[in-house]
Amino acid sequence: MTWVNALVQGLLLGGLYALFACGLSLMFGVMRIINLAHGDIAIMGAFLTFQIATRLDVSPFLALVPTLLVMGALGYALQRTILARSLRSGTLIPLLTTFGLSIVIQNGLLQGFSADVHSLGPQAGSIATASLTISSQLSVPYFGLVTMVVAVCLLGGLQTVLQRTAFGREMRATAADPDTAGLVGIPAASVYGKATAIAVATAALAGTFLAIRSTFDPSSGPTQLIFAFEAVVIGGLGSLWGTLGGGIVLGIAQTVGANIDPQFSILAGHLVFLIILASPRGRYLATRSATA
Amino acid sequence: MTSISVGWVIRRSTRASRIACGGALVLVLALFAVPLVMTANVVQQLTSLFIFLILAVMWNALAGYGGLVSVGQQAYIGFGAYGTIFLTQQGIPAYLAVALSTLAAGVLAALLSLLVLRLRGSQFAIGTWVVAEVLGLLVILDQSLGGGTGVSIRNLNTYAPNLRRAYTYWMTLGVTVILLALVFLLLRRRTGAALQAIRDDEDAAASIGVRVRPLKFTLYVLAGLGCGAAGALTLTNSLFVQPQSIFGVQYSAYMIFMVLVGGLGTFEGPIIGAVVFFVIQNQFADQGAWYLIGLGLVAAGFALFLPRGLWSLASDRLNVQFLPVGYRLVSPELPSRRRTKK
Repeated sequence: MTWVNALVQGLLLGGLYALFACGLSLMFGVMRIINLAHGDIAIMGAFLTFQIATRLDVSPFLALVPTLLVMGALGYALQRTILARSLRSGTLIPLLTTFGLSIVIQNGLLQGFSADVHSLGPQAGSIATASLTISSQLSVPYFGLVTMVVAVCLLGGLQTVLQRTAFGREMRATAADPDTAGLVGIPAASVYGKATAIAVATAALAGTFLAIRSTFDPSSGPTQLIFAFEAVVIGGLGSLWGTLGGGIVLGIAQTVGANIDPQFSILAGHLVFLIILASPRGRYLATRSATA
Repeated sequence: MTSISVGWVIRRSTRASRIACGGALVLVLALFAVPLVMTANVVQQLTSLFIFLILAVMWNALAGYGGLVSVGQQAYIGFGAYGTIFLTQQGIPAYLAVALSTLAAGVLAALLSLLVLRLRGSQFAIGTWVVAEVLGLLVILDQSLGGGTGVSIRNLNTYAPNLRRAYTYWMTLGVTVILLALVFLLLRRRTGAALQAIRDDEDAAASIGVRVRPLKFTLYVLAGLGCGAAGALTLTNSLFVQPQSIFGVQYSAYMIFMVLVGGLGTFEGPIIGAVVFFVIQNQFADQGAWYLIGLGLVAAGFALFLPRGLWSLASDRLNVQFLPVGYRLVSPELPSRRRTKK
């Protein structure tokens, strides 16, 4: 029964990883870059929600609204200033720039908020801790369910926007060929800016959910970036539903690993990622061209 | 047609480069004498400078020539250090263990290249990072290697402290010179032109017959070897190692900083970058988070505004190259006006 429990917990943990991976996948799909500051941006969002929630003494879910708006605007500004400039000079420079940004954000948070570990769990109230008891050994945490539902809605919503709306069409066109898209009147800069805004806002959402679920501190970012990246690659780059699947595979690998020995948790996730990469399919997963 | 080709000469070296090469030789010889005349502190500081130099040159070989931005070279730094610990625990003399674990790091890189060289660009960056994390976690699980708390190297205290520092210094300097020479030869020979073509455009290079995969493999193994040596030498310099720090991603931050500041994809750049970083670290490392914020800002600033680094300022203005890895077209009629068009 503990194995069933591990599977269920892993499935729900996968929802959180899918949330983290969503923005990473979107940015890679549209701009072909992986934002190495993604995890730190998520933690920055968590700190913002934390500040709003504790200063105004409101629920983190309410504090999330201004956080998403602020982070979205920040994402747009980030793209229009730094990333746009770095994108002009090939693929190497955006990578190095976002790595520099990651160090700046991480240490900025450390300077501003110290290395203390925080959690939004107490602020969120009973939903963070309560769970649906199915049997003595199997209980489903409500917040895990909430995370999964939000992840499914977010990924599904983005997929629908990409496939059904005019804005989604513009994004797909820009992803396929920014210059040609420009010729038919789609300004790549604006599309990139909006995509980054969405990506940064979803990162902040994921960071806040992590903060409610467990704890966070200024140095939590890189780990979340790695998990998000693993979820994206396991699921196949550029496919949003694949990202959800990848998150779930990673989550289950970690909880099953932890069920064997708590020390194996993260290691098991990494190993599953490397095994999938080493498998004959891995080549296609990693190099498959994105369609998002 | 003939009137153009007459009189133009292809040269590999210039007077500046011959002087610089001679100067470098004298400098290396002088550096070998340092432990005989300088204090222990200077020797130890210079050892850490050489280790930075190795790291910068290796990272530049990967990213500057292979286009392989690795955020996971700390895998080999850690492996080199812990390999040395493991071998000394088996009773092998410390400095022999350093050499053996360096070679082992090269073998590990050859094996892992099968996996990570499947990835390109940003995927390679995070893929290598995951590998480093896995190695770090495996070391933490192994109690005989000290687990998460760290471990000291044992049989180095048979040497007197000053002698130990001197041996470590000479070994580090020797490894640095060997690795620099290897990179220099790789760049000066036929492979150099191929590597620079890959640096500029991998697909275009492949289309004109550059064999991209074996060259990338060579670079990756060389960088694994070099970083393994750097890790093992870091251990003999500091005598203590802890998985969180030796497998830490801050090493990648340092390497990226040094190479970007000095000049990505140039031979001289990382050498300048390592010296700059060494000075900055000695001045500001006690500033904690602000120091790292500064490093990140400077690295990002260089990436955005001066991607070819400090060295490009000097080499573009003066049109000199101290270490001749390329070819120059020289007109005898205009000896003083040798500006190449960009």
